[in-house]
Amino acid sequence: MSERYRAGDRVRTSTVDPDHHTRLPGYARGRVGVVVGDDGVHPLADLRARGVVRPQPVYLVRFTARELFGQGDHSVTLSLWEDYLSDE
Amino acid sequence: MSDDHDDSPIAARVRELEAILEEKGLLDAAELDRALEAFAHKATPANGFRVVARAWVDDDFKAALLENANEALPSVGLSMGGGLQVQRLYVVENTPQVHNVIVCTLCSCYPIALLGPSPTWYKSPAYRSKVVSHPREVLEQFGFTLPAETEIRVWDANAETRYMVLPRRPAGTEQLSEDELAAKVTRNGLIGTAPV
Repeated sequence: MSERYRAGDRVRTSTVDPDHHTRLPGYARGRVGVVVGDDGVHPLADLRARGVVRPQPVYLVRFTARELFGQGDHSVTLSLWEDYLSDE
Repeated sequence: MSDDHDDSPIAARVRELEAILEEKGLLDAAELDRALEAFAHKATPANGFRVVARAWVDDDFKAALLENANEALPSVGLSMGGGLQVQRLYVVENTPQVHNVIVCTLCSCYPIALLGPSPTWYKSPAYRSKVVSHPREVLEQFGFTLPAETEIRVWDANAETRYMVLPRRPAGTEQLSEDELAAKVTRNGLIGTAPV
């Protein structure tokens, strides 16, 4: 499966707060991070929760605490499906 | 146990589903119990302690573990395949510069095969919400003070991958055997809420 992003790419997460199940936590919505690795190809959790299996690339994306919370000097790394991400 | 879920709606649903499957002859309750017992018996933090001790004494194993933990585990007789599906494991290494902490902010994802059942606090909303925004303060509550200059990396196991921390080998342990080293490791050390 071809991957849209590579390590080092800057990405922005979706701002959508969906009615359905998702694995994009609210605190990381609409934030800019950097891809730090690939996390394999897995069925998109949002669809799988509704019985639809559609695998797509998952990325490890690192965010600064400042970007997520407006303060702090640590980082938070999440696994994010490609659908959650757009170019920044 | 304080951290079971016997009263939760999901537990009730599972019991009902189990009863229907048994009634239809699709499930053998004794077989299910055997499978769960076998998994629970094998899933203990002693596995994680053993992995850490081996990594401390064997640089090749440590390099392999950090590069691809799933491929490295079989060499110590372990795997991430004990549950329903094989889970990808990342082992993240603490160094003098970087300290790692693990959380699952969305639920309570945890590498059960290596660490056994998760502690109650790991599943608490307080830990899950606060450790992502204020990790240094949360570690302080565990009695663990990091130097101000140490970078903290929080890993949110929000999807398919599970994480385990590789703590730093304590000073003055050069003479210890692998088993003695394993006895130094704690479950909290593998989550990142203790130094070792």
